[in-house]
Amino acid sequence: MPEFPLNRRSFLAAMGAVSLSGALAACGGGDSGGAATGPVGQSDIDKAMTTPTELVFWTWVPDIEQEVALFEKKYPAIKVKVVNAGQGTPHYTKLRTALQAGSGAPDVVQIEFQYIPTFTVIDALLDLRAYGASALKSKFVDWTWAQVSGQNGEVWAIPQDTGPMGMLYRQDIFDQYGITVPTTWDEFAAAARTLHAANPNVYLTNFAANQAAAWHGLMWQAGAKPYVNASKSDITIDVNDDTAKKVAKYWGGLAKDGVIGVETDFTDAWYTALNNGKYATWLTAAWGPVFLSGSAKSTAGKWRAAPLPQWDTAKPSSGNWGGSTSAVIRSTKNPIAAAQFAQFLNSDPDSATMFATKQFLFPPTKALLSEPSFVDEPLDFYGGQHVNKEFADIGDTVNLSFQWPPFLDQVVTDFTETVGKSLTDRTDTVAALDQWQSRITTFAKNQGFTVKER
Amino acid sequence: MTAATMESTVDSRPARGRVRRGAAGPLFVAPFLVLFGLLFLAPLGYAAYLSLFQHKLIGGTVFVGLDNYVKAVADPLFLRGVLRVATFFVIQVPLMLVLALLFALALDSGLTRLAKVVRLGIFVPYAVPSVVATLMWGFLYGPDYGPFAQLGRIFGLPVPNFLSDSWILGSIANIVTWEFVGYNMIILYAALRTIPKELYEAAAVDGAGAWRTAWSVKLPALRPALMLTLLFSVIGSFQLFNEPKLLWTLVPTVIDTGYTANFYAYTLAFTGQQVNYAATVSFLLGLVIVVVSYAVMLTANRRRAS
Repeated sequence: MPEFPLNRRSFLAAMGAVSLSGALAACGGGDSGGAATGPVGQSDIDKAMTTPTELVFWTWVPDIEQEVALFEKKYPAIKVKVVNAGQGTPHYTKLRTALQAGSGAPDVVQIEFQYIPTFTVIDALLDLRAYGASALKSKFVDWTWAQVSGQNGEVWAIPQDTGPMGMLYRQDIFDQYGITVPTTWDEFAAAARTLHAANPNVYLTNFAANQAAAWHGLMWQAGAKPYVNASKSDITIDVNDDTAKKVAKYWGGLAKDGVIGVETDFTDAWYTALNNGKYATWLTAAWGPVFLSGSAKSTAGKWRAAPLPQWDTAKPSSGNWGGSTSAVIRSTKNPIAAAQFAQFLNSDPDSATMFATKQFLFPPTKALLSEPSFVDEPLDFYGGQHVNKEFADIGDTVNLSFQWPPFLDQVVTDFTETVGKSLTDRTDTVAALDQWQSRITTFAKNQGFTVKER
Repeated sequence: MTAATMESTVDSRPARGRVRRGAAGPLFVAPFLVLFGLLFLAPLGYAAYLSLFQHKLIGGTVFVGLDNYVKAVADPLFLRGVLRVATFFVIQVPLMLVLALLFALALDSGLTRLAKVVRLGIFVPYAVPSVVATLMWGFLYGPDYGPFAQLGRIFGLPVPNFLSDSWILGSIANIVTWEFVGYNMIILYAALRTIPKELYEAAAVDGAGAWRTAWSVKLPALRPALMLTLLFSVIGSFQLFNEPKLLWTLVPTVIDTGYTANFYAYTLAFTGQQVNYAATVSFLLGLVIVVVSYAVMLTANRRRAS
């Protein structure tokens, strides 16, 4: 026996270590967790920011190296490696794979608002409160801060850009057919019928049947609360409440009558349609104006911007479509530097201004949204209109309490195959809402969530 | 003389020769076996292992034995996907193989002018990656601004919407046929070139014309090659993925994410995060392919025996 190194004592010690590390892991996996238990002191921050460190940052924002350079100039010891891992689904798939593999994940990552719960549910993100993020709250528009906050007050990410929804419309087409800019959804529906009757080749708008994000934005505007995450494992799913049914009945009705388009957006056919004047409006977000001026060049000068039509003009409101944040991955070895980077990138005045003026991202900071050189900039594509001002005002009307589900991909796929399908097939969209509800609920239950329905 | 010498050399040192031959065999096979084990058997084993578990977002991973399999064989989405690719196989494959056969026979008959150009022309689509081919056809099919629709408008002809519910499977079949006719044609054509001239001469002496020769000499000789193309097609059809996946981005409400069995497995893994169930579905799909391939081979062999 003596030649065996493992005797009873060392065996017990090893077991103790195993159970201890198990307990530690359990702590780390808790809801509020994070690498640090209390707030990190200034001396720790100073030390971390002067220690040579390399951070890996996954993002799809073009030319973000300019903003990164500002950070590296301020903190010469920290080098940031920018990696473009794709945009949208490919980005998230790679991130998830790296997280599961336990290696290869970045320190800081670009993440859209709607994906935050999908990653916090798998404990992927670091709570930034301990790193001074709470102090930034007052700098950001309230609803954007609500979007990055967790159930227990965690700060999961720092907002980078936003997409409050508005309406871009063709002034020339409106003039030609005598349509005034609709301010209510009823007016909008009447205009859709008038326009299509006057010219069967023109539609007031295209409601892309694949665009779950726009659908959620419109539900948001209407005041629906389809998902409520009471705790990590408790979720209320209510995508077919009365408010949602009102929205579904409205769009389903227009689609059924064939007075709006329902084709897939961001495809070649859709771009051609926008250039050809097949659609007189695009219900889009604050990033839409610049995007459209690059995609429908032949229509320059003919477009204008306005708020979304309203359900209740006394209480104007809007929803958000798109925009993103910078989040820190929990497994990072340099939480302090990573957290400082995420905060600097989006709250430093020079960096934030650069995002708005170089990359044309629509800003989430109060300072920029009241900055005259930003909001009063006339855009030629919109006949010299101060489009930024228009969307800055819309941003003030975005509802604060909208939440996203912790399994967004599944919700989006199920949307397209139920509600989206009903729009293209011209079947009952309200009934499709019920199917959507039932598919998400089944999925959530299978995934172990405690699901509360209305 | 040489043979005798060699034999005697071997005989004089029988033991050493045998040892050397014994060691050389496995050594030559080893590179293949290692790669086969690493790249084929190991992932297969891992998938089988994965399929015995269930992972939940809340609750983590638990061993569930064969529960996933029990669920999958009664899963309407999976069964619908398999049924769809089976339908696809029954309709598209015979069409494609008959076309490939006709092209091969025409080229082999030597009557076609510019045989080399024609052969290359039919084969070129196979060299186009299926992703590129699908994107291209997706554009051609476009209901508003696609070339077919525009031509139809110019000549006042009604052009169907190739990307609608009732046309989409046919549209996919058309893409696949376009891609693979040339490939199958080359296999059949190569097989035709190996038929000994004597057979043709004998047939000519017996008074057989071109059609009779094709039917009674060429076709029977092509049987093994046809069998091969048929088996490839079984596998290809049941694994249908690229074409529906790419067209899905154009018309996501017409093609759903469970459109084919493979697409369903992909969606389960990457949208629903149900990797374990996706492994189960993939495994069952593999089983379906083995069974169908075997059935096809058995039917063909029995017919030959009778």
